Amino acid sequence: MSGNPVTIGVFLALFVFVALLGLFGSRWRAGDLSQLHEWGLGGRSFGTLITWFLLGGDLYTAYTFIAVPALMFGAGAMGFFAVPYASLMYPVLFMAFPRLWSVAKSHGYITAADFVQGRFGHRGLSLAIAVTGMVAVLPYIALQLVGMQVVFAAIGMNYMIAVPLLGQVSVPLVVAFAVLAGFTYTSGLRGTALIAVVKDILVYITVLAAIIIIPAELGGYSHVFAAMPAEKLTLAPAPEHSLGAGFSYVTLAAGSLLALFLYPHSVTGLLSSSSRHVIRRNAIVLPAYSVALALIALLGYMAVAAGVERMPEYAAGFAAYKANFAVPALFLHAFPAWFAGFAFAAIAIGALMPASIMAIACGNLFTRNVYKGFIAPDCSSAAEARMAKLVAFVAKLGALFFVLEMDTTYAIQLQLLGGIWICQTVPAVLLALYVRLNPWALLAGWAAGIGSGTWMVAQLGFQGSTYPLHIFGWTIPCYAALSALALNLGVAVVLHLVLPKGGAQKDETVAADYV
Amino acid sequence: MNNGARRKFHPVYLMLLVPYVAFFWVPFYNRIEPQLLGIPFFYWWQILWVVLTAACIVPVYLHQEGRGK
Repeated sequence: MSGNPVTIGVFLALFVFVALLGLFGSRWRAGDLSQLHEWGLGGRSFGTLITWFLLGGDLYTAYTFIAVPALMFGAGAMGFFAVPYASLMYPVLFMAFPRLWSVAKSHGYITAADFVQGRFGHRGLSLAIAVTGMVAVLPYIALQLVGMQVVFAAIGMNYMIAVPLLGQVSVPLVVAFAVLAGFTYTSGLRGTALIAVVKDILVYITVLAAIIIIPAELGGYSHVFAAMPAEKLTLAPAPEHSLGAGFSYVTLAAGSLLALFLYPHSVTGLLSSSSRHVIRRNAIVLPAYSVALALIALLGYMAVAAGVERMPEYAAGFAAYKANFAVPALFLHAFPAWFAGFAFAAIAIGALMPASIMAIACGNLFTRNVYKGFIAPDCSSAAEARMAKLVAFVAKLGALFFVLEMDTTYAIQLQLLGGIWICQTVPAVLLALYVRLNPWALLAGWAAGIGSGTWMVAQLGFQGSTYPLHIFGWTIPCYAALSALALNLGVAVVLHLVLPKGGAQKDETVAADYV
Repeated sequence: MNNGARRKFHPVYLMLLVPYVAFFWVPFYNRIEPQLLGIPFFYWWQILWVVLTAACIVPVYLHQEGRGK
């Protein structure tokens, strides 16, 4: 594909602006960036508005904006599960996470595993939670880079150079990586928060334009839906003795929403807010992004209606990126050149910004729960911040290497597994905000959940995450994260009741810390 | 604070369960008709409930802030 100079010009201008913003972000509400909570948590200083932008950019990533419509494009109504998921997570956020914020503030916790360590006094359990978080978030960073790659290909900027040992390397991707690593290192979460504001404004403008301009070009929403095969517009009716697609739909939403706020980058975003009230208010205003997400999901149907898949100019893109190319092709087809550049900048910046928080979260986890927990318990807070910056860099480098050298399918499959794994931290983190089970019981439950969840996905050939359970002659197609969590909880509760009460482990938190 | 003793449950918290009923009751909304502006029921019902979920949290928020918690 050859690029349109106007599209590339607008895209580059916005990208450079954001890169500068990120680099100078350290001067904004300057703090002592040699302290971990200043670099990696923005000094817990963000108010309602900045938190809204930050979490919005953090939770609704560029990959979501490409993958959700891609799922609708291919699978139809099932892909819309993102909407109940992105709505029903807010009552949970509203009730549970102010408690996490308060207890984290009282004891200086920076990660979920810090809380687990304090609550249970059990290093094995907190290590398990930290490792789960890091392993789950790494493929997520890789997928953000994949999202950027799709955008670079769409605007015709897929310049490759041959590098010894690495083979063909995408130049724009390496440049984007350098920008990401640079501003994350110098500014930490402050730079990311500034970029989030720009990114979200670009995304909202793009979405508004897309849902007005594109259906108008296609002859209205009724034409958009008429272009889809009728059986894909709703969930398939359940066969006899099966709970059917409706059950898969609900469990996908429920399992995903339980997992979302336990991802390290979500915890980092939440704990950076300046008070528990900020989190509560955000549970009410964040659903604005879910409305945008629902409209973005419908872009998948618009791509079908516009018939971009059959147009020869997009054949190469679809061959390389499959359904993930649906939205980029639709933008190229439906928007004027300059606005396509604007929209692609929104997606690329929307990948950069969450990737930065994910890397920061990874740095925080490694530093606090592996380095300080096991290797150098007495390290100074300056050493802590240095280590976190280094790990954040290594995490991104690993993701870049993964994207350049491995097949994208591995990143997607690992991300699928990551969601299932992170869901297994629910009893030790989310539930622990209310109930303290025996830490050994929780560790056993976690192992059972991780094992059974991975086994179910392996049985599906790593292609899907809805594993059909057969119980009393009924087929129950359930999201593996949720069935594994049920086993996890079952094991934890039974062992909690069986194991002797009161071990060596102490709970350093008290009831008043949570409110 | 009442010295750690559990507060009496306030019925306003039931509002937080309403969105789960609306979204989990799939057979109710898994249909095309009635359409709104050409959008099938399956889609506009769920988009509507994104907004209504936020609306269900508001009374609980006001209740909690009113108690200065």
